[in-house]
Parts: sequence; C-alpha cells; structure tokens
Amino acid sequence: MKRILTASLFGLSLATSGLAHAEPVKIGVITTLSGGGAGLGIDMRDAFQLAIKQSGNKDIELVVEDDAQKPELAVQIAEKMIQGDKVDLMTGIIWSNLAMAVVPNAVAQDIIYLSPNAGPSALAGANCNANYFNVAYQNDNFHEAMGEYANKDYKNTFILAPNYPAGKDALTGFKRYYKGTLSGEVYTQVGQTDYAAEIAQIRASGADSVYFFLPGGMGIAFMKQYAQSGVGIPVMGPSFSFDQDVLPAVGDAALGVKNSASWSPDLDNEASKAFVESFKAEYDRLPSIYAAQSWDTANLILSALSKASVKDKDAFRAALKAADFKSVRGDFAFNNNQHPIQNIYVREVVKDGDVLTNKIIATAFEKHKDAYAEQCGL
Amino acid sequence: MFTALLIEQLLNGLQLGVMLFLMAAGLTLIFGVMGLINLAHGSLYMVGAFACATIAAATGSFWLGLVASLAAAAGVGALIEVAVIRRLYDRDHLDQVLATFALILILSEGARWLFGSFPLYLDIPRQLQGAVPLPGGGQYQLYRLAIIAVGFLVAIGLYLLISKTRLGMRIRAGESDREMIAALGVDISTLYTVVFALGAALAGLAGALVGALQSVQVGMGEPVLILAFVVIVIGGIGSIKGALVGAVIVGVVDTMGRFLLPSLLALTMPAAQATTIGAALASMLIYVVMALILAFRPSGLFAAET
Amino acid sequence: MNRESAVNLLLALLLIGVPLIAAGMGEPFYVTLATRVVVLALAAAGLNLALGLGGLLSFGHVAFFGLGGYVAGILATHAFNAEPLFAGIPGTTFMPLIWLVAVAVAGLVALPIGAISLRTTGVYFIMITLAFAQMIYYFAISWPAYGGEDGLSIYVRNAFPGVNTAKPLPYFLVCLAVLMATLLLFRLVEGSRFGSALQAARQNGTRLAAVGIPPFKIRLAAFTLSAMITGLAGALYADLNRFVGPSMLSWQMSGELIVLIILGGKGRLFGPVAGAMIFVCLEYVLGGITERWQFFLGLILLVIVLFARGGLLGLLSGKARHV
Repeated sequence: MKRILTASLFGLSLATSGLAHAEPVKIGVITTLSGGGAGLGIDMRDAFQLAIKQSGNKDIELVVEDDAQKPELAVQIAEKMIQGDKVDLMTGIIWSNLAMAVVPNAVAQDIIYLSPNAGPSALAGANCNANYFNVAYQNDNFHEAMGEYANKDYKNTFILAPNYPAGKDALTGFKRYYKGTLSGEVYTQVGQTDYAAEIAQIRASGADSVYFFLPGGMGIAFMKQYAQSGVGIPVMGPSFSFDQDVLPAVGDAALGVKNSASWSPDLDNEASKAFVESFKAEYDRLPSIYAAQSWDTANLILSALSKASVKDKDAFRAALKAADFKSVRGDFAFNNNQHPIQNIYVREVVKDGDVLTNKIIATAFEKHKDAYAEQCGL
Repeated sequence: MFTALLIEQLLNGLQLGVMLFLMAAGLTLIFGVMGLINLAHGSLYMVGAFACATIAAATGSFWLGLVASLAAAAGVGALIEVAVIRRLYDRDHLDQVLATFALILILSEGARWLFGSFPLYLDIPRQLQGAVPLPGGGQYQLYRLAIIAVGFLVAIGLYLLISKTRLGMRIRAGESDREMIAALGVDISTLYTVVFALGAALAGLAGALVGALQSVQVGMGEPVLILAFVVIVIGGIGSIKGALVGAVIVGVVDTMGRFLLPSLLALTMPAAQATTIGAALASMLIYVVMALILAFRPSGLFAAET
Repeated sequence: MNRESAVNLLLALLLIGVPLIAAGMGEPFYVTLATRVVVLALAAAGLNLALGLGGLLSFGHVAFFGLGGYVAGILATHAFNAEPLFAGIPGTTFMPLIWLVAVAVAGLVALPIGAISLRTTGVYFIMITLAFAQMIYYFAISWPAYGGEDGLSIYVRNAFPGVNTAKPLPYFLVCLAVLMATLLLFRLVEGSRFGSALQAARQNGTRLAAVGIPPFKIRLAAFTLSAMITGLAGALYADLNRFVGPSMLSWQMSGELIVLIILGGKGRLFGPVAGAMIFVCLEYVLGGITERWQFFLGLILLVIVLFARGGLLGLLSGKARHV
C-alpha cells in the first residue's frame, strides 16, 4: 500500500543507483503547485530540486506534494508525510496561514521544519521551537527595512495592506522604524482586485509617499491601477510585489519602484552568481527570491547532513543552527529563535535589456534581527 | 476637495457596477432563458482575459486582443454548451451547481496547463491612457470612463436586441414559455447555444476590459462570479434591467462602504480600531444589503417570474 | 434485506475494516484519511437532511461547519492559555462539552438565517444562504482576536473520557461512533411524522399547508437540525486537523459538501458516506499522480453528474424509494 508520491526525479533515480552507503534521508516538501499562487511554489520546488541535484548527494529522497494553497489540505499532507512516508525533515510552505496550520503540530511530533518563506510572528516569539528553523525572514523584516529607508526621503506616508494578520504585521513592521507621520492607514479586503477607491484616497491625502503590502494578484492589480491613475506619488513596497514572478505581469508600471528584500539577482557574491547562472541554465528564467530562499534551505540541509546524522536530532539541530553553508544572501546566521540574522537591501526595479528585474541601491539594515527574538526561550 | 473625492468615488462605484453588469447580464440571460445556474461563468471571464492578454502580447494591439477575447469566450461558451450544459437544462439546480463547479476546476487547471502558473501582462491601450479633469478639481482615469461607456452601450444594445429583433423575440418567448416556442418550430437548441455564447462573450469582454486593470491569472473569475450572483439575485433573476440596477447598487455600496465606513467609525472609536473594524464591516456590507433586500423582497427588485 | 441495505452494510464494513487493517499494518496515515472520510460524511449527512429530505439547496452550510470548528478552536485555546472566555467562564478541552456548545451555537445561528432565507425559494435560497456564509467568512478573516486568516492551532487534541484521542485509531473510533449515531438519527427522522411532513413539504408545500401543517416551520426545523449536525462535524474536523481557519468557511468548501452528497446519492442514508469515500480517495490518489489533479477531479465529477444520476448508491442499489 505504501507509495512514494511524486518523488523527485533525481532523488529517486540517484538513490537507487546503488552507490549510496550513507543513510537515506527523506525530505517532505509541501508547497503550492496548483491554483493562482502556484508560481511561487513552483519556483521554490525547482530551486530546491536543482540544489539537491547539483550536490550529487544520492541519499536524499524528496517527497513533493501540492497543497493547492488550502490549509486543510496542507495539514492532511503533513500527516501523510509524517505518519506514512516517515520523512525526516519537512519544508516548502509558502504562505503564513498554511505554515500556522502545519508547523506547530509537526514540530510537536519532533519533526524538524525549515521554512523557505513565511515567518509569522506567532512562531518567532514565545512560541518558538527547537525544531522550527526559518531560513527566509520573519514576516516584519522587509517592512521594517522599508520603514527605515523611507526616513531618508519622506515625511508623510500613506500605508495600506490587506485586512489579515500578515497585513497587520506588515504595517506594524513599517511603523516600527518609520519616523514620519502617516497621512492614512488603510486595510483592504483580502483578495480585492479593484483599488480605485483607495487610490482616490491616496490622491486626496496629501501624502509624499505610499507604502503597500499586497502579495500576489492584489499587488499586480494595485500597481497597474496606480500607474494609470496619474497620482504620481512615489511608491514603495516589500519585494513580494516586485519580484521575478510578478514583474512581467506588472510591466513598465513597476519601473523605478524601490522595494526591500534580503536578496537580489545582482547581489555581488560567488554563491549568488553561481545560483543565478545555474537556475537560468536549467529553467530558462530568472530566479525569484522564493527560489533563492529555497536554494539556501536546501544548501543548509546539505551542510548539516555532512556534519551529523539526521536520526540524531540533537546533533542535527546543532548542525543546522551553525548555518555553515554558503548563502546566496552573503552573511547568514541564526538568531536564538532560529530566525535569520541577515542584511536587508533596498532594490530598484530596472530594465535589463527586455527583462524587468531588480538592482540593489542601498543596504537598509546590516545583520538585522527580528523584534520577537527576545521573547523566545531558546 | 472632499466633493471631488466623493465624485471620484461615485464614479469608481459606477465603474465597478458596470463591470459587474457585463458579468451579470450573461448570467441572468442564461438563467432566464434556459433556467440554468452557471457557476462556470467566472471561468469564461478568465478565458476572455487570457485571450486578450495573449493576442495583445503577440500582435501588440489591445484592440485585436479585445476581439479575440469576445471570440474565445463565445467559442468556449458554445463548446461547453454543446458538450455539457445542454444535458443539464432539465436537471434540478443541484446537478447544475455540481456540473458547473466541475467545469470551474477543469477550466482553471486547463488554463494553467496552457498558459503556465505566472500572471500574464496586459496593459490598457495607448489611446485610453491618462486622465480627464473632474468638476470640483479632481481627475478621473480615461480608461475607467471608457469602461462605464462600454457598459452602458452594452445595456442599450441588449435592450434593443431583446425588444426589437427576431432573436430577442425568441429569447422573450423562451423566457415565458419554453414548450411553446419549440412547438412554433423555433430551433430551440440553436437558440440556447446562441444565448449561452452571447452570455459567455459578455463575460469575456468584462474579463478583457478588467484584465487590463488587474492581474490576469488563474482563479481571477471566482470573486467576480460571487459578486455577479449577488447582483442578479438583488436585481431579480432573469431581468436585464434588474441586473443593471443591482450591479450599480452593489458597485456603489461596496466602493462607498470601503471609503466611508472606516472614517465614520473613527468618529466613535480610536482610529486604529476603526480602520480594521471598518474594513471588516465593509467587506461584509454587500452581503448584508443583499440579505436585507431578499428579506423584504424574496425574489429581488425586478423579479420577472420564478 | 433489500439491495440498498446490503450496499450500506458493505460500506459500513469497509469504513470500519480498512482503518483497522491499516492500523494493524502500522500505517496510521490511512486511519487519519478514514477519519477525514467519517467527519466529512458527518457534515454532509447534516446537509443531506436539509437537501436530500427537505429539498433545501443550502449553499451556505459551510457557515455552520466553520462555526463548529471555531467553537472547538476557541474553547481549546482559552483552556490552553488558561484565560476565561468572558465573565469568568473558562475554556474547555472536554470533547462532549465542546460538541454541545458547537451544536448549540450552530443551531442558534441557523435559526435566524433559516428564518430569513426560507422566505425565498429556488436560486434565491441558494444565493442568500451563500451570502450569509460569505458574511461569516469575511468576518472570520478580518476579526483579529482569533487569528484572522491565519486561523487557530489546537496544540493538543481535545480530550474524550477514557480515550487517547492523540492516537489516530481511538480518535477515528470516536468520530465513527458519532457518525453512526447521526445516521441512526437520520433514519429515525426520515421515518417519523416530521420526516414525512418534510418530504411532503419538498414535493408540495401548498398541499401540506392545506392539511394544517405550516411548511415554513417544518423547513425551519429541518434547516436548524441539519445545521446543528454540520456544526458538530465542524468541531470534529477542527480536532482532526488540530487547526481551524477561515478556509473552513469558504464557498468552495460549501461546494465540496454538496459534491459529497451528489457523488454518494442525494437523500440516501449512506449517500454522504459513499460520497466522502469517493471524494477523499479521488483527492488523495489523483493528488499523488499529478499536480494537475484538480483538472481530472473536475472531469470525473462532470462525468458522474452527467452519466451516473443518483450517485454511487444510485448505481449500486437501483432507484431509491423516495427520490
């Protein structure tokens, strides 16, 4: 009855090639491969598989499953991976609400989970867990960086985000570092596609800048409508609305917009250059930040595997926490709550030939830590 | 300044309403003539947007894309009518809901199969870029005005089609007595295919027009679908006039709710609370309006007959 | 024993047997999957009472499903954090009490919703029930106190006296017992005077009114009872996933509940069970084969509606008595 679902091509074929003498390792990857949010999950999976393939490690078997962006389905898949496939490690979830559904129960069953995206504040503070490693960011980080950077040029900002926890975290993060006044603070409906009413308010508010967090299709819609409205007040955002997955759809409306991220395709270090090159060679497109974070997650796992056995949980956790791998983001270390200490950059959307992409124009924070770490007992 | 903002918001509400009307007109026509609940109507909206984006990208012309969106949505509509929908006319609503629910799954995943998982690019045409001045000192985007104009043109066109043409006469006959027009020798299955394709083309047109303002991606049709159902239920199912009135009500109530509720609440509570609670209430508002209207007029404002 | 009873017995044996064998073989995941079947069947059985017997096509039953889930999540969270709910009333992790509250809340919310919605018929009824569900959905997303869109995690599954609910098999048996008790209730209702009146109301409300029974009250009672069962299922579902969130209130979930009933056979005792079995198996098997599983799921559903009228039970056991 036991089946191995959608095992990675490489993992499966290499693992059975008979050369392996080290112990086999099973990694469960739950990510979004169907529906409107599939682009992010596909980038995540592709980068992860590529990293494992390049490592030549023949003992790793991937179990990849689609959560269709539904929390219940993600929970069910997690149970299957833990009880049925008996995976050693889990990773892959893109969205905060899915992570909140899966992670607390998985780590309680002594499964190590590594987050390649999504870092809800609820898992970073008092409820941090020795089995939970966030390789991406704490949700507030990018917004904090933009708040800090905005101090340089702006005094009066209009901010907006969807009316859900990640949206509130975003604006809280921005306000944590922003010193100017707010000319307006608006929470929009989740999944909203028409922002005419909000843009009219922005026009009337007298703001000197706009900060928005609207992931996925919401951000595409906002940027297109904003550019067309002729309002012309400078816009800022986190990278989520200006990354490689959405830039082609936003088009030239995004040109010149400043956005914050922990990584950019032009980041000047060896690991990053090698990553961008091999990702382009393999998949014929530029990698997004989700791909970069996923690549780092895979390499972190590989580094820990070379030091400790995955069956020896304590040793393996220590090996992960050491973060002894070449991150595409340059310097990377874990804080006490096992969330990253990393630089956050400000990027600008530019055109490289015909392709819209980002280039780094400033460093908002060096070795930035999140605001919740001190509540964590680890 | 506030007057200008108010006028702009009213226009925004009107524009949202007109867009919903394009969706709702098809839905209500299909329900009125064939008695069919079509949950897959939102998928036809998506088909229109994808067709427009693809052709506009290939040819560089939004207008060719617009033509393509009408053709593609009508084509897909006619195809599913012949293959699936026509087997559902004499079934109960339950089977119709389930079958068209299945069609959503098929069309959504099918679109992702053909077009990939990333959103597509579609911009508004060069001729309609920019904004026009409003009385009171504001500005309004030209393209949105154009959408409003298209919506009203379609409304007039539908009115003329239904009241003045031979096809319209058959549609009206079909709405009042299905057996009778068959007995009169009208080719009923062709009539049904034409009506379904017409409704689909309107949905495709809405998808293409709005696709230029929004994100062209899989699943874009479902939120609009639910709103379009709210519209036809408020307006009275089967009534084009009801659809127009319902659409404008929903568009204006939704836009004004998002705009005014947070500031109204701010008069009575701290600003931070007012913004979140106001946003929460605004998102529930049109459903409250719909429940209220149905509580007092159980078959909508302009019910034909159920 | 007629053919439908034989098929029902077979389904019941399958439902009990597969998890027991899976547990014996050390494959606890299949027990979890079977629990999902049982809980979804329970939710659909609730809806089946309104839809199958009463002909009330509620597109908003997911509201009660989600409310039940939130009752379980909220009570458990308050108990976990040792914070009183309000006025000093503590939360609880005692399952029977949670179920009672879930049933009561679902019933209390269903009464006004039903009273307003049942004034309408046909498509209007479908849409107004959907509207109420959407209201509660948006409320759940934007209300910050209980997680908003992130939902609520239940860190330790709630307790049932004498049963270790943390283990898959005991929890499965608890859910199964609830389902069987509900199906028994369904049978009793179907055969009662109330059940006959309800079915008469579906076929011809005017005639029922003529013999002195107001169809509105009968329908409202059925709608409320049906909501209470679905609410109970919601509480069990939250405990199964150890999580509750707004997606339990989404209109797609409402659609899925209806799908379960049609797949199995509308108005039939074991229809929801058969439907849930097929749906969960399809989702699981197709999901394992291809990431385009939703496409094929849609295709299969379509074929079933078009060509297998009466659902699985209709195919297996012939025409029902009352459909």
